[in-house]
Amino acid sequence: MSGKQQSELLLEVSDIHVYYGAIHAIKGISFDVRPGEIVALIGANGAGKSTTLNTIAGLLKPRSGSIRFKGENVTGTPASRMVFKGLALCPEGRRIFQQMTVKENLEMGAFSRPNTEIASAMEDVFTRFPRLKEREKQVAGTLSGGEQQMLAMGRALMGKPDLLMLDEPSMGLAPILVEQIFAIIGELHAAGTTILLVEQNAQMALSVADRAYVLETGTIGMSGQAAELLNDDAVRKAYLGH
Amino acid sequence: MAFLSSLVNGLSLGSIYAIIALGYTMVYGIAKMLNFAHGDVIMVGAYIAFCGAQYWGLPPVLCVLCAMAVCTVLGVTIERLAYRPLRQATSLAVLITAIGMSYLLQNLALQIWGANPKSFPTDLIAFPNLSLFSGQLKVSGVTVVTVLANLVIMVALTFFTGKTKMGKAMRCVSEDRGAAELMGINVNRTISMTFAIGSALAAIAGVLLCTAYPTLQPTTGSMPGIKAFTAAVFGGIGSIPGAMVGGLLLGIIEILSRAYISTELADAIVFAVLIVVLLVRPTGLLGKQVREKV
Ligand SMILES: Nc1ncnc2c1ncn2[C@@H]1O[C@H](COP(=O)(O)OP(=O)(O)O)[C@@H](O)[C@H]1O
Ligand SMILES: [Mg+2]
Repeated sequence: MSGKQQSELLLEVSDIHVYYGAIHAIKGISFDVRPGEIVALIGANGAGKSTTLNTIAGLLKPRSGSIRFKGENVTGTPASRMVFKGLALCPEGRRIFQQMTVKENLEMGAFSRPNTEIASAMEDVFTRFPRLKEREKQVAGTLSGGEQQMLAMGRALMGKPDLLMLDEPSMGLAPILVEQIFAIIGELHAAGTTILLVEQNAQMALSVADRAYVLETGTIGMSGQAAELLNDDAVRKAYLGH
Repeated sequence: MAFLSSLVNGLSLGSIYAIIALGYTMVYGIAKMLNFAHGDVIMVGAYIAFCGAQYWGLPPVLCVLCAMAVCTVLGVTIERLAYRPLRQATSLAVLITAIGMSYLLQNLALQIWGANPKSFPTDLIAFPNLSLFSGQLKVSGVTVVTVLANLVIMVALTFFTGKTKMGKAMRCVSEDRGAAELMGINVNRTISMTFAIGSALAAIAGVLLCTAYPTLQPTTGSMPGIKAFTAAVFGGIGSIPGAMVGGLLLGIIEILSRAYISTELADAIVFAVLIVVLLVRPTGLLGKQVREKV
């Protein structure tokens, strides 16, 4: 990456407002993600984290404001087109295709890629998640919660995205699995994947992220280096519980 | 032998129900709506095939292909114009629209082709009659073609949804529309595709139905449509094998009731069986048991 500041941003969200009917869920937030970073978006339940990711992914349209991805204005582009531009969202609650096999789920993750690339992408995912390889032919609905999360992440990675957005990957998982998922996020980061991470588990998110934004009922409260926020008294009190 | 003969007739009628039920069930599974105009698409298909044979002098194969093409365009257009604008509306609004569409098609047919029943050319499907058990069981050519057509359609659809990219995309949309979009699947296009397939199948069903029961009028599609819808619910709406099983069972029950119990009560018995099945298994015979996930 070279050139001006502007082109160094992979994702640039500027002053977006998102509504659900009359409910004003996102009230003018701005933030950015640079290539190679893990940026965390933390905040309490209902703060608007999922709404933000869904809007970037194109599932929701902002009423105003703009979203630029890889230098292109993508505001209002439908989700099915955003995938082809290199954006993947691993949604809250995993939302894997329960009735399809593990292998089919992964194939669907590569829907935006040429068929010739599926096999190698799947090899990569199986290397990262050997557990999925063992369960390849199993119907996804029969997987354990942790395995389903791995499948959801693997499925998102099948499209070889330039930006991977993870919405609460640790939700509902036992502590040991949470550790495992975050270890994988760290590995993906080390391998150069850019990640926008949404978490309620602020402790874990801040320890793996480079930078973070704190979302408070539709607006951004604090932001900064993750390590600094981790030691910030206000953040500790509000989000880390100590 | 009389029983066997009834069974064969039931299989034949059931195959027609099954082909129609596939249209209901696929559209329900993917677009999450009941397309009550589906039965009337059958009627349009039959009229087109009729016109092809009677007025345009087309060979039988072209009549059927023509009917399929017209129904495909019709089905996709109905979805585009009437249902797509209601994608976010309540299901009641969509249902009422579908019923309205059904009346619209019937009345258009009344305008174009008139109220007098047409006698459908029974030689459109020319297949030799079979004579089995040294002549004791006669199976008409139409029956053979109907059962075979049903089999071919079933195998083709199973392959399509199980192995092709588009077919798998359909299964994704049916399971979780939002997640499907996140894969890059164009949901609108997938729904159009579903209407196209269902409507093409409706055309085939129309030709088979009218060859077996050769009176064609604007209301020809309604009763088979309702029966096939029942079959889809019976088998488990949303499930492709369910439509097949439901259609076949419904046809067999109907013909056997007619033969052995009462002609007048046959339909009542069909619906009574449906009610019993739904009481025992609310999702139908092969329907997915919805599991609550945490
Ligand atoms: N589909 C919806 N319809 C109406 N309101 C919604 C919907 N989804 C979320 N909201 C509201 O928008 C706000 C933000 O929700 P969300 O983005 O899910 O928060 P988070 O992911 O941070 O928990 C909440 O007040 C929530 O009640
Ligand atoms: Mg959320």
